[in-house]
Amino acid sequence: MDQVAAPVLVDQATHTITLTINKIPYELKIQPWVTLLDAIREYVQLTGTKKGCDQGQCGACTVLVNGKRINSCLTLAVMKDGADITTIEGVAEDGILHPLQQAFIDHDAFQCGYCTPGQICSAIGLLNEGKARTKEDIQELMSGNLCRCGAYTNIVAAVQQVKDKL
Amino acid sequence: MNNETSYIGQPVNRVDGYAKVTGDAKYAADYNAGGLCYGVVVSAGIARGRIVRIDASAALQLEGVFQVFTHENVSGLAWFNMSYKDMDAPPGKHFRYLQTDMVTYSQQPVALVVAETFELARYAATLVNITYAADAHTTSLTGNLDKARPPKGKKTGFKKPANRGHFEKAFKAAQVTTDVTYYQGAEHHNPMEMHATTVLYYKNGSITVYDKTQGVLNTQSYVKSVFGLSGKKVKVLSPFVGGAFGSALRPQYQLFMAVLAALELKRSVKVMLTRQQMFSFGFRPITQQSLSLGALEDGSLQAISHKAISGTSQFEDYVENIVNWSGMLYHCKNVQQDYKLVSLDTYTPLDMRAPGAVTGVFGLECAMDELAYKLHMDPLELRRINYSVEDGSMKKPYSSKALMDCYEQAAARFGWSKRNPRPGSMKNGHLLTGWGMATGMWDAMTVPARAKATFTADGKLTVGSATADIGTGTYTIMTQIAAETLGLPIDHVTFQLGDASLPFAYLEGGSATAASVGTAVQQACLQIRERLLSLAKDIPDSPFRELSIEQITFADGKMYMSETPANFIHLKDILTLTATDAVNVTSTPLPNIFKQMKYAKNTHSAVFVEVQVDEELGSVKVSRVVSAVAAGRILNPKTARSQIVGGIVWGISGALYEESVMDHQFGRFINHNYAEYHIPVNLDINDIEVIFVEENDDVVNPLGVKGVGEIGQVGVAAAVANAIYHATGKRIRDLPITLDKLL
Repeated sequence: MDQVAAPVLVDQATHTITLTINKIPYELKIQPWVTLLDAIREYVQLTGTKKGCDQGQCGACTVLVNGKRINSCLTLAVMKDGADITTIEGVAEDGILHPLQQAFIDHDAFQCGYCTPGQICSAIGLLNEGKARTKEDIQELMSGNLCRCGAYTNIVAAVQQVKDKL
Repeated sequence: MNNETSYIGQPVNRVDGYAKVTGDAKYAADYNAGGLCYGVVVSAGIARGRIVRIDASAALQLEGVFQVFTHENVSGLAWFNMSYKDMDAPPGKHFRYLQTDMVTYSQQPVALVVAETFELARYAATLVNITYAADAHTTSLTGNLDKARPPKGKKTGFKKPANRGHFEKAFKAAQVTTDVTYYQGAEHHNPMEMHATTVLYYKNGSITVYDKTQGVLNTQSYVKSVFGLSGKKVKVLSPFVGGAFGSALRPQYQLFMAVLAALELKRSVKVMLTRQQMFSFGFRPITQQSLSLGALEDGSLQAISHKAISGTSQFEDYVENIVNWSGMLYHCKNVQQDYKLVSLDTYTPLDMRAPGAVTGVFGLECAMDELAYKLHMDPLELRRINYSVEDGSMKKPYSSKALMDCYEQAAARFGWSKRNPRPGSMKNGHLLTGWGMATGMWDAMTVPARAKATFTADGKLTVGSATADIGTGTYTIMTQIAAETLGLPIDHVTFQLGDASLPFAYLEGGSATAASVGTAVQQACLQIRERLLSLAKDIPDSPFRELSIEQITFADGKMYMSETPANFIHLKDILTLTATDAVNVTSTPLPNIFKQMKYAKNTHSAVFVEVQVDEELGSVKVSRVVSAVAAGRILNPKTARSQIVGGIVWGISGALYEESVMDHQFGRFINHNYAEYHIPVNLDINDIEVIFVEENDDVVNPLGVKGVGEIGQVGVAAAVANAIYHATGKRIRDLPITLDKLL
């Protein structure tokens, strides 16, 4: 703590990348140390994706990159140049809620709502993966998304309802 | 008259649900503005001592770093201690950030780095070089119990422990006794949303503060008094809060930091704490408690002693009602209570979901289980025998108490009568199943609250109060109350909160909001009814002219004559026909104090838990929970159930997972992240069943509401610990019950 290295000059050079977020291409001039999470929130200003720990422990920042769920805080934006990203703002189409969004409302699968964007994106990723067969599978495969309000049983009910209809 | 506008008691979906599932709901860090800059806080690396030198030159050299605020360059702030007092402040000398070279606790914020981007501020913060002169610190409660002393000063809601009868004599005369000590480490609230504040700065010097708070008025008054600003210059908004559980009852330091930087730099600033820094302020206090119970062979309690010692900081005396429950929950003539504090080099503890009760009732309900085994009596039977119809500490009857119904319904649903009391009696391979139960208790409080309501000619009603919705469902239940009271379709009603310009509401906490703000909303809508009837009488040939409000029914967007419902008028037509744009009212409900004073007002619960303990691994799974709750009228069984389920998850978490581990060598909570501070994940939580027991109460408030935010958690940890005993025969008296303690 006491020993701090001498200041190094920061490479403030920016890189131009394109992120397609919710079907809209965004050209960003961005420094390499910007995480995908901060790029989405602070640079593109889509704030539906949440920061809950910034170190890959809570899942609040889950987005879909090329259909796969990832913790956007553990990825640098420059690594995803050209990627196709879906955030919570892109889950509903033309104002019609995705069945998972409606199921979350109907089952009261959230309280404060802060982990919800990550939970829904994670659940979409889970359904895309097609691995979940049982309720226990859903519980296990949704365990990367913390919910401090304790809405887990309702989250499982919401995901199960949508999965069963697929 | 169809009366399709009856919403109270219905499982209405959250009115803010759409916003929360689409990302539209904006939390404190979700705001932006031109030229917004970012603040990152530097936390102290020692627990006690002095800052000898603070060198920010390397950070300041970086292009894009605007300022590094430290105690060396922050001045001109409020002088008096009073100015730093907030609505939830315990007595003491309230902490002043960046105004001293003294370090009083580990992770004390000692600098704020403000830069053009978050990344730059975060990097520059690592370049701030601080030299400390460290002093010896004291962070161990158990190592300093000899320094325990009575708390100083008063805090709202704190009840002084009280003795009655002759404990010593009665305890000696008792036929069966238990004498046990329990320990709980610190717990941090850790809402999913890390504390954040975004301050938008305007050229005229005014600011808009988006804060994570359980009370916008608390935030506003703190900012006004600390920075010497007039109320007109400080707008405070907090429409969505990403969980709080008590952590946002006091203004936390990200607020101070963001406002300081915005005013000094004349720029908009965002400050979000890191997950590590979520362990740098209030927490559930470290507590050691001793319980001595004495009973006759028939199970009747003769003597209860409950003594607790908790940690607090060096500068404030945080207090909570830990021991008081033992004087209330059971019928007992001889009660002795004691509550003391030890000052430690930590920040001040803070109210955390069901503060005091989660700790004290855990002790009491574990001790009751231990006593039941000594008596060879069923633990539920022991509770029944000692059931109290009055609060023995105040000698007052309960305004309502359906706890016996809770016991019966939850026990029946759980299948308790099939329980073999012998520990280890349910074994399947290496899995031991155990059944435990406990009682829960919390206060049914009413706090000051006002509401305003506006009914406009388009048939829409807007109601508002400066309260909060921290996930509790405030938006939804207030909308339900307003819609039903005025007889409007729910989508014609908007409820506003989290805005300091709205009428006064006390902090959102203690399970008091539904009752308090709910009453204000109901009253505002009743006033609108009166005004609408009065206006309707002005309409030419009005059939309502001779009628009083008691003869009128409001439903389906209409005002009916109750006796002849064929006679009605659309509410919006009343305004149109009288050329009225809007009807505005503000309510200030005054509770019937003289009536309420005669009663004790509490919620109760009975919780039954099944655990499965792996004999070889020591791992514990809570496989089943049934909780029956008596909390007056339930406004919305869907959101209320979620509140109770959430409380149960917290109870399981406290029993099995959560502890902020203090490393006494450094005086620091070392597991300060979500990987090492365990909370349950999805797979940890299994079947939970909630039963709301009918309980009618016309004393607490006209709605009969008692609140459900805390009661779900109280008693759960005890039920888990008791179930683990039933499974294993092991009494674990310090939480959390991790697998190492069972091996």
